[in-house]
Amino acid sequence: MPMAADDIIALIRAAIPDADVQITDLAGDGDHYAARVVSASFAGLPLRKQHQAVYAALGHRMGGELHALQLKTAAA
Amino acid sequence: MTDDTNARIDAVVKNNPVVLFMKGSPLFPQCGFSSRAVAILDHLNVEYESVDVLQDQGIRQGIKAYSDWPTIPQLYANGEFVGGSDIMMEMYESGELATLLKRDTTAG
Repeated sequence: MPMAADDIIALIRAAIPDADVQITDLAGDGDHYAARVVSASFAGLPLRKQHQAVYAALGHRMGGELHALQLKTAAA
Repeated sequence: MTDDTNARIDAVVKNNPVVLFMKGSPLFPQCGFSSRAVAILDHLNVEYESVDVLQDQGIRQGIKAYSDWPTIPQLYANGEFVGGSDIMMEMYESGELATLLKRDTTAG
């Protein structure tokens, strides 16, 4: 089941309230997204930990409903 | 995940300087993200071991718990989880990945 971009943004914001989230629908099919997530809470964390924080926000959907999410993160 | 699966994954990770858990093989990647990971490693001319998770459902699920990372591919260097294909690409572009893998391959 594909997910709507707004749902992805809402999930990330619920876990990382200050996150600036930009979603790009790569294929126009609601199934292949790129996300850019910027949050002050990422400061000092290695990329691996930053990505894990976003994956934690998406929970079980990641790797399931959300197969294809290209992720870029940065500290604010 | 069973202890046995965990031990098998741990042995592969610890016994290889660089190992990529992927879908398919380096010659025939079965997913775009795995294909990208292979392209990056090939471009860096790194010798690495690969594990096709599609051949083993236990490892396919177990590797996600092992690293607390929900997707495949997963790159490990010097016994430690590095990241997925997005992180590989970012570290490749910054030159960090070349530095990390060269150090790891010569240290081992």
